[in-house]
Amino acid sequence: MLTIQGTRVAATKLTSGVLDIEPQTVTDRICQRLVDIVGRDQHRRGVVVALSGGIDSSVCAALSVRALGPSRVFGLLMPEKDSSAASEDLGKLLAEHLKIEYIKQNIAPTLEAIGCYQWRDDAIRIVFPEYQKDWKSKLVIAGGIDGRFNYFKLVVQTPDGKRQEKRLDHKQYLQIVAATNYKQRVRKTIEYFHADRLHYAVVGTPNRLEYDQGFFVKNGDGSADVKPIAHLYKTQVYALARFLGLPSVICNSKPTTDTYSLPQGQDEFYFALPYEKMDLSLWAHNHGLPAEELAYCLGISREQAEFIYRDIETKRRTTAFLHAKPVLVENVPELGL
Amino acid sequence: MNDIKTQVRQYILNNFLMGGDPERITDSVSFIEKGIIDSTGVLELISFLQETFGIRIEDAEMVPENLDSLEKIEKYVDSKLT
Repeated sequence: MLTIQGTRVAATKLTSGVLDIEPQTVTDRICQRLVDIVGRDQHRRGVVVALSGGIDSSVCAALSVRALGPSRVFGLLMPEKDSSAASEDLGKLLAEHLKIEYIKQNIAPTLEAIGCYQWRDDAIRIVFPEYQKDWKSKLVIAGGIDGRFNYFKLVVQTPDGKRQEKRLDHKQYLQIVAATNYKQRVRKTIEYFHADRLHYAVVGTPNRLEYDQGFFVKNGDGSADVKPIAHLYKTQVYALARFLGLPSVICNSKPTTDTYSLPQGQDEFYFALPYEKMDLSLWAHNHGLPAEELAYCLGISREQAEFIYRDIETKRRTTAFLHAKPVLVENVPELGL
Repeated sequence: MNDIKTQVRQYILNNFLMGGDPERITDSVSFIEKGIIDSTGVLELISFLQETFGIRIEDAEMVPENLDSLEKIEKYVDSKLT
């Protein structure tokens, strides 16, 4: 038995069932809010959604179509050199499934011109001087859920499949991340071009895990006018996808960053745990459950569960800057600021 | 021994706090709990310690018990140098 807020409870209280939702109710609520926010509050005529082919943007697009109708939803496919062809196929499949207007704009030439790939490769070559343009790479997070400070390893792979990895120091880490952040920021620039052109709002597609833990690029994918699923755990987003009748290949897709040239799961890059476990960890932490209960549920030690809780708090602190609006030195009360 | 703490305190003051009162960073204050250093700052601190003291900080050693206060850093760096 465990004691939670003065009440003795069975140690089996935390199960995946805590994330169950009533999808019809949730869908109705989001759709009503979308109509109110986009139409009444923001005075826009529709929404732009960037379609990555992943579960979050797919659900956001489907909810937008339910709320506003397909003629008021504009989709964007924005592949680049390192994104997978499968993602583009899934985005296209979804747009056609939803019967929305969409266009494809390959952003690789823009990224090339702005120096995205060059800056990234320059940083990689400081770590691996032999790195060539036809090699692949990715970043992998380590440390946090083992009780250490978080750090990143750079993984590179030669065309014949030979892999090497090294820990990154802060300069190379920051430069690689800054360079790849160009991708999200260029995409957002294009989203706002079309939003301005059509007098639409831009939909941001983070789920609760991403929003809470700061897994987004400031002024990149973090920028939007409305974020319909930021209150939903990833598990719940998958449930909505099934309820909304999205193609099974999307409903069964595994979350990836689709940002680096080597295949990279979100758990490798940022969360360090598969989303199902991260969802339960975040839910347990949000509801004040002791580490013992999370440990029991996930089949890990109490110490590991405490490390997960600590990592959640660390990421919240570290990424508060991403959520923050620009800070004024003095108030401007006429604007309520 | 004091030299390690003095150098690290000065680095933290200059690099993370843009100057200020050295007394703000007492020997035992937690950099993380007090919001003095964030996770990127930890990586910067590790680079500083490696370059300044000529040590290699292994992955397994990147723990708060070694790096989250001046006195912990002093003890840790001293152990690496001896």
